[in-house]
Amino acid sequence: MTRPSFSARAAAFGTALLSLAALTACASAPAPGASAAPAADANTYTWWDPYPQHDASSAWAKRVDTCGQQAGVTIKRTAYDTTALTNQALLAGQEGNAPDVILLDNPAVSTLADAGMLATMDEFGLDTARFDKNLIAAGELDGKTYGIPIGANTLALYYNKKILDAAGVDPASIKDWASLGAALKKVKAAGKKPITFAAIGTEEGSFQFLPWFWGAGGKLTELDSPQAAEALGLWNSWLKDGLAPNSVLSNSQNTTWEEFLTGEFGFAENGTWQINSAAKAGFPTGIVQIPAKDGGVAPTPTGGEFITVPVQKDAKRYTATKKIVECMTTPEGLVETGTTFAYYIPSTAEGQQAILAKEPSLKPWVEAVRSAKGRTSDNLGTKYPKISEALWTAVQKALSGSAAPADALKDAQAKAAQAVGG
Amino acid sequence: MAFTRTDAVATTGRPAAKVSPAPGRRRSGRWTALAFLAPLVVYLLVFYAYPLYRNIELSVHDYTPRAFVQGDPEFTGLDNYRAVLSDDAFLAALRNTAVFTLVSIALQYALGLALAVFFQRGFRLSAVLRAMFLVPWLLPLIVSASTWSWMLNSDNGIVNAFLRAFGIGQINWLTSPGTALLSVTVANIWLGIPFNLVILYAGLQNIPASLYEAAGLDGANAWQRFWRITFPLLRPVSAITLLLGLIYTLKVVDIIWIMTRGGPADASATLAIWSYREAFGTGQPDFSPAAAVGNLLILIAFAAGLLHVRLQRKEGSS
Repeated sequence: MTRPSFSARAAAFGTALLSLAALTACASAPAPGASAAPAADANTYTWWDPYPQHDASSAWAKRVDTCGQQAGVTIKRTAYDTTALTNQALLAGQEGNAPDVILLDNPAVSTLADAGMLATMDEFGLDTARFDKNLIAAGELDGKTYGIPIGANTLALYYNKKILDAAGVDPASIKDWASLGAALKKVKAAGKKPITFAAIGTEEGSFQFLPWFWGAGGKLTELDSPQAAEALGLWNSWLKDGLAPNSVLSNSQNTTWEEFLTGEFGFAENGTWQINSAAKAGFPTGIVQIPAKDGGVAPTPTGGEFITVPVQKDAKRYTATKKIVECMTTPEGLVETGTTFAYYIPSTAEGQQAILAKEPSLKPWVEAVRSAKGRTSDNLGTKYPKISEALWTAVQKALSGSAAPADALKDAQAKAAQAVGG
Repeated sequence: MAFTRTDAVATTGRPAAKVSPAPGRRRSGRWTALAFLAPLVVYLLVFYAYPLYRNIELSVHDYTPRAFVQGDPEFTGLDNYRAVLSDDAFLAALRNTAVFTLVSIALQYALGLALAVFFQRGFRLSAVLRAMFLVPWLLPLIVSASTWSWMLNSDNGIVNAFLRAFGIGQINWLTSPGTALLSVTVANIWLGIPFNLVILYAGLQNIPASLYEAAGLDGANAWQRFWRITFPLLRPVSAITLLLGLIYTLKVVDIIWIMTRGGPADASATLAIWSYREAFGTGQPDFSPAAAVGNLLILIAFAAGLLHVRLQRKEGSS
């Protein structure tokens, strides 16, 4: 007959069920033997970084090679994307075959340091005092430093000069929230879209919200403060008044930038990494610092990678590793990294002077980086990711209209407090 | 649990293998048989049993990143499950999962069946058209999900542009709590139709044409032919299609993740999205609660499967 037999049905069911089991399991468990093998060769050093866009023939890859040659070893470089890198690093740490060097996104440093995977810079005898305090803070946990920033980037407001001129807005007049609001209204009156930013429900959403949050005087340990509510109220009012598009709720920073490049938007909140793209835009652009609520420059969150050294079983390897780290972090090395990427601001005062001598137009970015603040600073460390998740959820709730800003933040504080253990 | 299902596949999958070897046969024969079986057994153990075991192990420990690396997680028993079940987000996620899954499979099935019956008539170009209906299946998910999210974009999406032409104001498909779940469900239905179409179309080929001829002689109209012949004879195929649809839909992460990230806030977060977000969506992987949610999903699918087998058995005996 046409009916499949009972056993065939049971088999189909069993197979389907097992495939579901396998899928959910591989979403959380490492497949055995999946991590990269350690370099057995004493002269080959492994290096992981989050720059898959730079392939083996890129200037960045050559720079890494050169540092290896100077240390007398060969570097084998592997690139992952940012989130995958943290997971890969945790897996490698579990298997006991971590690479010699990892370039880590700064909020991940405290996570791996807390896992006991990273060597401190003290153990290496590397001097960390010459690095900007606000930048290296993201690599500190309980008074120890676990990495060195190879550069930093941060956020500012890019503007479309053509639109601002047409609307009669002088970018220099933007000093606080009130003057920014007035500028946005003028742009709207001139028939253009005033501003775009990224309020997506991921770390990027929190990253973009923090300048406003900190600029109002908010603290990450107290998400339900009146200051925090003011910052969220500001974003909320932009959406309500039609100053920002509703799609900011699903915009990543890249999407936001694409929107800005259409030439329809007056302002876009975006980062140092878009400098080259802004220069190539079909209209003249400029930047202003993100203003704090009552004037002055708001602290912006730092982005950028730290060079870290995972703990190795064979301590002899550290000698060459130290040379590699030094090569990447000398003032000349920092400037070279900065120019290789075209978006990195060096993390020492000396390096910043040197890059300004080469590229004077980076001045506002150097200033922005100097006033920037690490997300995991204030010894938040591994608590930050939990707090950040609560924060971006609150932003999403408020902007989508499912809760008032103050209520959304109250929930967020309760959730964050619970997640970090009271 | 894994082992019993594995055994079920291995033994009931091939009832003919029950023939016992002749007594007195040399031992080496048995070893040869085992050797032939070994690759399958190893495969099942490594790729099915171990991940399942590992998933359960993760869910009954407290795997912080530190414990994960050091390999010294604290045993917490059912605490993760308790925390998940008592979380405010759980009921919302369960409700979203139920709506997403049930609406998806119901409409996928109905539309798939309608198309299958339509194409069975074998008119001109029907093969070409049928092939075109398979396109959603062939496209990489990242492409189709991104396309859907562009089309449904609040400000620049083609759907809103179309509605504007009729004087309907902007609808924030993906960014308003009222419509986000609906939008991802619609996209998922579109994705699932080809699967239902193919399976049900194949099922239709097995219904003897003579039945239709006889019904035609008796004067049954098209409607009666469908409800009296096609639908009842298709029931076993329908049941397995719906069951597979349920299991596939329960574990959907990619399309929702690409379109809304489970947002705004948690408006379109299903259990699978919740699990994925705990493990990979934040800066700090939280494998234990993620595994707990994943295991709950397996239980739900398992229960649905048992129900299916039971219903089939009842029908078989009656």
